[in-house]
Amino acid sequence: MNDKPHLDEEALAELRDVMEDEFDILIQTYITDSSERIKALHQALSGNDQDSFAKTAHSFKGSSINIGASRLGDLCLSAEKAGREGRLDDARQVLPELEAEFVTVRRMMEESLHV
Amino acid sequence: MTDSANPRQLRLLIADDSNTDRLILQAILTRQGHEVQAAVDGEAAVNLYESWQPDMVLLDVMMPRLDGVEAARRIKELAGERLVPVIFLTSLSDSGALAQCLESGGDDFLPKPYNPVIIRAKLGAFDRMRRMHETLTRQRDLIRERNEQLLSEQVTARRVFDNIAHTGCLDVADIRYHASPLSVFNGDILFACPRPAGGMHLLVGDFTGHGLPAAIGALPVAEIFYGMTSKGFSGPDVLRELNQKLVRILPTGIFCCACFVEVDFRDRRVRAWNGGLPDGFILRVDGSRDTLPSTGLPLGVLAPERFAASMSEYVVRPGDQLLLMTDGVLEAGNAGGDWFGEQRLARVLDECPADTSPADFLVEQVQAFSGRSEDTDDLTILALKISADDPVASRPPKASHSALTGPASWSCRYQLDGETLAGFNPLPLLLHVCMAVAGLRQHSGPVYTILSELYNNALEHGILQLSSLWKDGAEGFNRYYAERQARLKQVGSDQYIRFDLEHRMRASGGRLIIRCQDSGKGFKVDRNPGPVLSVGSERAFAGRGIPLIQQLSSDLTYNKEGNCAEVVYDWKSVDTGFEERAGFSD
Repeated sequence: MNDKPHLDEEALAELRDVMEDEFDILIQTYITDSSERIKALHQALSGNDQDSFAKTAHSFKGSSINIGASRLGDLCLSAEKAGREGRLDDARQVLPELEAEFVTVRRMMEESLHV
Repeated sequence: MTDSANPRQLRLLIADDSNTDRLILQAILTRQGHEVQAAVDGEAAVNLYESWQPDMVLLDVMMPRLDGVEAARRIKELAGERLVPVIFLTSLSDSGALAQCLESGGDDFLPKPYNPVIIRAKLGAFDRMRRMHETLTRQRDLIRERNEQLLSEQVTARRVFDNIAHTGCLDVADIRYHASPLSVFNGDILFACPRPAGGMHLLVGDFTGHGLPAAIGALPVAEIFYGMTSKGFSGPDVLRELNQKLVRILPTGIFCCACFVEVDFRDRRVRAWNGGLPDGFILRVDGSRDTLPSTGLPLGVLAPERFAASMSEYVVRPGDQLLLMTDGVLEAGNAGGDWFGEQRLARVLDECPADTSPADFLVEQVQAFSGRSEDTDDLTILALKISADDPVASRPPKASHSALTGPASWSCRYQLDGETLAGFNPLPLLLHVCMAVAGLRQHSGPVYTILSELYNNALEHGILQLSSLWKDGAEGFNRYYAERQARLKQVGSDQYIRFDLEHRMRASGGRLIIRCQDSGKGFKVDRNPGPVLSVGSERAFAGRGIPLIQQLSSDLTYNKEGNCAEVVYDWKSVDTGFEERAGFSD
């Protein structure tokens, strides 16, 4: 259902170029912030807080797109929509998928850092 | 990317609560050569804006504490007149939400993921807009400042102008006039000045153009008109000087349409010259009217040698009204696009009630026609009611501050020889010499009249041998002046008119002795004519002049030959309290 790449190599190369020495810091920051956001999404779901769920998913979407994690960005968009429309069951369905995708992205990023 | 496509370095404020996005944007902008500061929420962004005053602001839409939309509103408020472009950073995908960003005060949005090429292009575009706005604001402020300066300069110029033109007699009861307070900057002028021997000169004029060039021309006109008129120069003399001066100082294409009128209340005559103004009018008591049409070119057009200053003469009676106007009357328009025009003017003059000044009536009618009172800003109208008595002469004399200054004891001789008699009027010069005595200045009218009667008698009867009997009737008048012109051309080089003036101070005043001798044969004179000559006998040799001189002076005597008259004029200073304070009581 989603044929977008886990990580857009071209975008990542561009970022590496733009960020220069700060590229590592950027990746670390993304990984840390994303882990926080996944925690926040779980919390929002258990508290049935659809608004907070949607907002967090929105921010997660923005930074994922920016860093080249396109497939994760799409999953964030689905989560954001489900949250905004109050479809919490759908949200509960998409969250594990999103979490799994993040694990993949994270692994790929850490590999690229150690190249 | 070439250098020319690079926007110059800008101070950029970015605000995003997402660390990743903020780091990326900051890196992109810094690499493009800008100075960047970052805030983590809306409130921090507003504070940073205030303290750092960046050129542009890039805001994430969704932020904690204060969202991007509200932060943008506050920043725009703080920026005031400055144009500070606000660009929203967003991953919003639906167009409704994007449009909302712009409606809430943003200038544009930048989608995530960030694209350095698009960012560079957008910043460049906004920087151009920002600089254009700065230029416009600066120019607008400059224009506003210049305009204020111009207005204040006009007020100053107006004050200077009023100082030069204030000596006029527009305030006498028989004159009614209408002129906008800033009419001089419309190019309109309106002057009235009493003549030393009685009567007055009137000048209504209209310079081509508006503003400063028109006002500048009005200054020398006022100076010459008032200066020469008070020194006793005749209408044609003043006109010639005005024309010559304007020809010299005004650029081609700027000139002064004018109507100049000399009013003689004693002789009940009006002499008029009109160059380019609409017709003036004499509205007769019997309801008829004479027009004073334009017969020459405006002042400031013709070279002095081609300028004709001859004036048309009209006999008037008390109660007649003289009416002069600029073309603002004829050109007044109404909402329908019609002009007031000559036909309407003629109708208004027919309908003017006898007890209303035509100037007031005309202004009312033009206002009613145009339906807008501001239209009367361009109206310059003057009406003078001819009265039986000279309205200026009956005004109380102005007390002089320094009656005792100037020369006290002096004498002089001034002689005009040969053909100089034909073309030169010595009266202003002689009056000027006498007026050096400050106390005599209050007597300039009688002194001028005496000088001018003596001179005219000597010239017309002594030298030219004209008979005043010819002056009876209109036809005779013309013959008299035709003959005068003809004989002036034949004055021999041995002919002369000589004035001897002598002045001495006396207790609380002085005595001026004027002797006037001519080279003519003289006339038979009763050796002892007595205090007043009978009307019948004086007409035979010297017109009305002699009884007038007798009336004005202490003594008038002629020599045996009848070609030398001596007038004694005793004057007392108008009490200013000056003498007592200064200890001149004896």
